[in-house]
Amino acid sequence: MQKIIAWIDDRFPLTKVWNEHLAQYYAPKNFNFWYYFGSLALLVLVNQIVTGIFLTMNYKPDAALAFGSVQYIMYDVSWGWLIRYMHSVGASMFFIIIYLHMFRGLIYGSHKQPRELIWIFGTLIFVALMAEAFMGYLLPWGNMSYWGAQVIISLFTAIPVIGNGLAQWVRGDYVVSDATLNRFFAFHVIALPLVLVALVFVHLVALHKVGSNNPDGVEIKKKKDEKGIPLDGIPFHPYYTVKDIVGVTVFLMVFAAVIFFAPTLGGKFLEHDNFIPANILSTPLDIVPLWYFTPFYSMLRASTTDFTHGMLAIFTMLVAMLAFFTQRGFRAKFLSVAIAGVLLLGMYTLEAKLWGVILMGSSIVLIFFLPWLDRSPVKSIRYRGPLFKGAVIIFVLSFILLGYLGTKSPAAVDLFWFKNVLWAQGFTLLYLAFFVLMPWYTMIDKTKPVPERVTLK
Amino acid sequence: MNKIILSLLLGLLPIVSHAEQGLKLDHVRIDLSDQASLQRGARIFVNYCLSCHNAAYLRYNRMGHDLGISNQLVKQDLLFATNKIGDRMRAAMPAADAKKWFGVAPPDLTLEARYRGPDWIYTYMHSFYRDPKSFSGWNNTVFPHVAMPFVLYGWQGEQRAVFRNVKLVSHVMENGKAVTEVTEERVFSHFVLAKPGTMTPKQYDLAIRDLTNFMVYMGEPAKLERIRIGVYVLIFLAVFLVLAILLKKEYWKDVH
Ligand code: HEC
Ligand code: HEM
Repeated sequence: MQKIIAWIDDRFPLTKVWNEHLAQYYAPKNFNFWYYFGSLALLVLVNQIVTGIFLTMNYKPDAALAFGSVQYIMYDVSWGWLIRYMHSVGASMFFIIIYLHMFRGLIYGSHKQPRELIWIFGTLIFVALMAEAFMGYLLPWGNMSYWGAQVIISLFTAIPVIGNGLAQWVRGDYVVSDATLNRFFAFHVIALPLVLVALVFVHLVALHKVGSNNPDGVEIKKKKDEKGIPLDGIPFHPYYTVKDIVGVTVFLMVFAAVIFFAPTLGGKFLEHDNFIPANILSTPLDIVPLWYFTPFYSMLRASTTDFTHGMLAIFTMLVAMLAFFTQRGFRAKFLSVAIAGVLLLGMYTLEAKLWGVILMGSSIVLIFFLPWLDRSPVKSIRYRGPLFKGAVIIFVLSFILLGYLGTKSPAAVDLFWFKNVLWAQGFTLLYLAFFVLMPWYTMIDKTKPVPERVTLK
Repeated sequence: MNKIILSLLLGLLPIVSHAEQGLKLDHVRIDLSDQASLQRGARIFVNYCLSCHNAAYLRYNRMGHDLGISNQLVKQDLLFATNKIGDRMRAAMPAADAKKWFGVAPPDLTLEARYRGPDWIYTYMHSFYRDPKSFSGWNNTVFPHVAMPFVLYGWQGEQRAVFRNVKLVSHVMENGKAVTEVTEERVFSHFVLAKPGTMTPKQYDLAIRDLTNFMVYMGEPAKLERIRIGVYVLIFLAVFLVLAILLKKEYWKDVH
């Protein structure tokens, strides 16, 4: 064994990589529950790739055959149903994990200096993952697949001048068709997985360059012993490998429970309208994307003319005023007025549906800027003040409720007093305000002193 | 096309369909472990439905195997449309002919229970009524203007539907504004059995329960196996979890 390793080490840095990234990679010893989700995301990524390979062995990317080939997998292929459920439930699990993983970053200030690039790579992963899920959802060629893709691609038509051409270019046809299915297949099975794997790789390279943050937001590298090992660090292997096995097992129990006992989760993970083949003549009663897109879908539908001329315009003016009075220097003051002016002009001249697309886009783009929007001197929520804590609670509630409203008809009343669309408009503004107002509330927030060393509860 | 899709998306068209609103489905108890019921359902399905509808994702021998019917019996009693037991369950009538006769091709029913749900099928099969205005002479409260003739009318008999007028409240989006509309509509009240069939209502109900049960099986033949395996997987993982926790505790003893 030793000989083999020595032989390899002469030709490939096996021991070196092992030590640098596992056996002598020091991670803070105070990781909690929230730190399981990174390794779980890796696990689910592998699950999607492996089950995806097996699905591809029997799937046919052809508008005439796709639906039948998926049913062939469900009915005739040995263990085909298991593979398919692992893949479809896996997709939903991926989003649950990623949302929790991102939330962890947010509350412990993991996006802050020096981890901005980890955060940016992470957000790119999130965008790639959404594209991956969207394209994958077309492949079974069910009726909801079809109309979901139809609706989302038609969003491009809201863009002035080039919109129609762009939508056609994406589809490769005037409507979603065989051409669309084929290119989505190409993206889903090879292009985007490559991008995802590459992004995950650089995400982890960046992480290992600066080291993990932790629930206290204390930089463990600031306090080292005489050998240069962080006092609060423990080797990733074996400590966190054995700990992650526990996390993985608990996750697998949840995963298995869904796969074996409720694989469609009552239509949440696999929609009922997807059990009939795509039909251009029959539109589902309500076109609803899968749950992980519904918060963004809500924002899209919230944008009506009343909203852009009213609430959104007022919100923009208020933020501009805040910027105007708090910024020092002529240039900054001028800029805040100019930007608000351009936005307001747009709100009164461009179509509301275009603003829906812009708002949805902004809700994701803003995530990239989090490291610079957050002006708090401390990282972890444990040592932050009530303003940040309150903002996080409001943000999370808005996100969840937007998700809920995204599954409902905008004109109905499912919460109380007001129609869904009005609630969605309010929560959209709260979502945006969380980011846009962050520089102010994090700056004036009262913080507590951060301890020198990490704490163990 | 794009304009329609986009307005659909942004809710400019009425979202709540009126017909769908007043309707309540009856609940049916599904029991996939009741093989006798599944066998009776299969017999009804093959004899009365497979003449028009496909159930093409399922094969005869798979069905026989799952339902505990020997290949011999499947061949004898259930194989009409083909003589190969490994074949998919296809309709006797070619889809093109059916389309010519009914105006719509009868859809494949393999996944019907997963698409509409068992309650829908169960209620649908109870809700055919005589309607001289319709092309086939039949109409259905669950599926208004359905093109399917009521093939089991000899069993159930002929129903007449009684309607009443009610006020309906619906929420629609108009020009980007949410508007509440109140309209008066004729909605279904109840059925009267005008001409009894060969079965009593109770017998008919049982037959439809068996049929629905079978259609649920058909929608996912692996369901029982799935649940059975799931139990073992969870037991295994639970044991593994205990070991994993003990291992973690052992390693972490010296971390303070
Ligand atoms: C004479 C041909 C014929 C026979 C026999 C027949 N059907 Fe149908 N069925 C049709 C047609 C045609 C439609 C399409 C109705 C429409 O779309 O308007 C249909 C539609 C249906 C639907 C609704 C499909 C949907 O859109 O969700 C169900 C459920 C159904 N049939 C069940 C059955 C069952 C169960 C049997 C056996 C008892 C049966 N059918 C026998 C012709 C038939
Ligand atoms: C395929 C998806 C992803 C995988 C496989 C992945 C994997 C990982 C792993 C293994 C870790 C270290 C373990 C941990 O801290 O939990 C980590 C850390 C981190 N990830 Fe991700 N990640 C993914 C997506 C994302 C996304 C979408 C974001 C945010 C936008 C993100 C932000 C971060 C941050 C900020 C850290 C450092 C956390 C800290 O040190 O406190 N990741 N990631």
